[in-house]
Amino acid sequence: MSGSQPLLRATAVTKTFPGTIALDKVDFTLHPGEVHALLGENGAGKSTLIKCLTGAYRRDGGDILLDGMPIDPRNTLEAQSFGIGTVYQEVNLLPNLSVAENLLLGHQPVRFGMISGRTMNAAARTMLAQYGLDIDVSRNLDNFSVAVQQVVAIARAVSLSGKVLILDEPTASLDAQEVQMLFEVVRSLKERQLGIVFISHFLDQVFEISDRITVLRNGRLVGAEATADVDRVRLVNMMLGRELKQETRESGRTDRPEGMPAIRFQGFGKSGRIAPFDLDIRAGEVVGVAGLLGSGRTETAEVLFGVTPHDSGKVEEKGATLPLGSPRDAIAGGFGFCPEDRKGDGIVGDLSVRENIVLALQARRGWTKPLPARAQAAMAEEFIRRLDIRTPDAEKPVGLLSGGNQQKVLLARWLATHPRFLILDEPTRGIDVGAHAEIIRLIEELCAQGMSLLVISSELDELVAYSHRVIVVRDRRHVAELVGEDITTDNMVAAIARPDAGRADEAAT
Amino acid sequence: MSAASRFLRRITPQLVTLAAVLASIAIVFPGFFEISIANGRLYGSAIDILNRGAPVALLAIGMTLVIATKGIDLSVGAVMAICGAVAASAVDRGMGLVPTLALAIGTGLACGLWNGILVAVLKIQPIVATLILMVAGRGIAQLITEGAILTFRHEGLIFIGSGTFLTVPMPVLIWLFTGVIVALVVRRTALGMLIEAIGINPRASMLAGVNTRVLLIAVYMASSLCAAIAGIIAAADIRGADANNAGLWLELDAILAVVIGGTSLLGGRFSIVASLIGAMIIQAVNTGILLSGFPPEFNLVIKAGIVLVILVLQSPTVQSAFIYFRRNKQSSPADAKTVVQ
Repeated sequence: MSGSQPLLRATAVTKTFPGTIALDKVDFTLHPGEVHALLGENGAGKSTLIKCLTGAYRRDGGDILLDGMPIDPRNTLEAQSFGIGTVYQEVNLLPNLSVAENLLLGHQPVRFGMISGRTMNAAARTMLAQYGLDIDVSRNLDNFSVAVQQVVAIARAVSLSGKVLILDEPTASLDAQEVQMLFEVVRSLKERQLGIVFISHFLDQVFEISDRITVLRNGRLVGAEATADVDRVRLVNMMLGRELKQETRESGRTDRPEGMPAIRFQGFGKSGRIAPFDLDIRAGEVVGVAGLLGSGRTETAEVLFGVTPHDSGKVEEKGATLPLGSPRDAIAGGFGFCPEDRKGDGIVGDLSVRENIVLALQARRGWTKPLPARAQAAMAEEFIRRLDIRTPDAEKPVGLLSGGNQQKVLLARWLATHPRFLILDEPTRGIDVGAHAEIIRLIEELCAQGMSLLVISSELDELVAYSHRVIVVRDRRHVAELVGEDITTDNMVAAIARPDAGRADEAAT
Repeated sequence: MSAASRFLRRITPQLVTLAAVLASIAIVFPGFFEISIANGRLYGSAIDILNRGAPVALLAIGMTLVIATKGIDLSVGAVMAICGAVAASAVDRGMGLVPTLALAIGTGLACGLWNGILVAVLKIQPIVATLILMVAGRGIAQLITEGAILTFRHEGLIFIGSGTFLTVPMPVLIWLFTGVIVALVVRRTALGMLIEAIGINPRASMLAGVNTRVLLIAVYMASSLCAAIAGIIAAADIRGADANNAGLWLELDAILAVVIGGTSLLGGRFSIVASLIGAMIIQAVNTGILLSGFPPEFNLVIKAGIVLVILVLQSPTVQSAFIYFRRNKQSSPADAKTVVQ
């Protein structure tokens, strides 16, 4: 297959946003009749690459060749006319129109200036027959299952574009049987020599359907290989990476603090988000959480902080039960939480660095007890110095800072509240190397001061560097706990990659 | 940059606009700035603008806070009608001034609580949630006045609409006082920052422990409180409660005042003072058109034209074009060099 002329070849595609390089000279090659899986964690650059290919973003550098011709799609419509179609996870069709109207919208068959319903339905039926789908095309789209809607979306995309089909997490909300139905469709398109880009974080599905795999991490290309040549462990390694060469240690810290657990979660969980788990945290202890995207990492953090209130179990501190029904409860209990989605859930972009730093403390004091202006300024100055936040002054809107500095501002916001238990969800994602090392140093410093931390990271070396214990999550369940010398990247990868027997059985039936 | 100079820079566009509007009225109507004192009261067109602008100014104060949270309150005009009707019917039944005002203001706060619960607890979109009271409110006001214009002769209540204190008309004092109090409260406490945080990023604010639900309800109650005061003034001014016309379309003028004041409908940073200047700009345009002797049917068209100019000047596209031109002017020598290379 590699001998054939590539259908789509992107070379050195670069895309920058203020403060971040989303794509750094990424190459991507797609052959006709190939299913090419695109893998990577959040923020790896998958969706940015897709958006550059489909014209949703204009790239800042690099070339895209389609059938050997350079293209520069300005919008998705233009990309469609070149032959690149996309189907998104949340089907972007019109649920209140009929299936036939959805398929032919924009070019309905016309008779005497009127849309001919009969011709349209007939055309729609013919289109869907190619996919082995026999449904009543005159009924509204929302009468059908998500899987059928996906196939309709694919049929529309293929009829409009017909060379390259990008499937962005098409299986995220499908059950095993529907996945198989979708894969049948994908295989039939493959026979018709379409090039298919398949994005998913279900590794089983990737191994089942794809011919080649490209892995991105932190906006860079990690590798592109034939699926047959990689195994799960290597793939997980590629996705999660081993970045921190200089600070790598072989296994986790063995100086786990002695004494009674400071905070004790028992049978804590939220149905549909994270299965009940037990977690004891001692003062001055760093607990790492490892797992793939969607495995229950963030869900664990959110249930601990009361963002999604728990519906089973309880949390105790020195024998007394803590209420934990909302972030306000958690903050009152001395918790802090730096969320994974820094822009969406963390910073308040238009407010200044100073205001972002004092926000949590001020919210806890209540609006009637404002921190005096001088105290606010002093606090901001102190944290800007202590965490080395790069900003011209404390009044600059935080949205204009780089990712690493925004992360430091968020850390400062929580440190200002003097928390006993700090939850950090991907504190080092998407930030530059310098800030990265500083944040890791800070984690160690805080823990030495007696603070308890729970750190979620997809960089396993990082977890090895600072964790006393590591909890491995898979399929929204805490599946393993590694302590001290057992914390090695190999052990974590093995625990994460262990194929889930349940899912494999489901798929087989 | 100090806080004072930042504040001045913030309200400069509004001040410039107001000055331009006033200057152009003065060209058409030379006696515009003349002020005289008769019967212990200030008279003059400028005073008239301050006086007539009172309802919109009051509404704009509350509307600024609501819009800062990324919300909107369409019900303020109807709340004016309700509270005016409540006040009129209370004095009509022989209640004293203080209980009458307490009842009318309490009614306003209840309206705000209703809006706030719809928005903050039931998570209904603000525009829809307040539309309910906008539509229903006028009906409620008509029920209170029993369909007629409820007139009254209560001296104390009339004083609020047309009395003076130290020669200054009461409505002017009331809106200035309310504006100063609200501006001080939001800026001297942490309220302003927390409201802005909610408007910019509600989820991040919630995760930082901001009590978004209570603050949202409070903001809608503040808006209705301002509407209640405006409603009392409007009723006292005409010595009667007109359920059909009191505060009619004023919610739109209030929103416009906030927008002219430079607070984005997308929420976030706000300035009460700038909104108040915006309210005065609107009233100045109204008065100016009347004074200039255009036939009244031109009023709305001319007003729309002026507002359009103001908003176009503030639009992001024009703003970025300004910045682009300025930058080009500054960097053009450097550009020339690179071209040569």
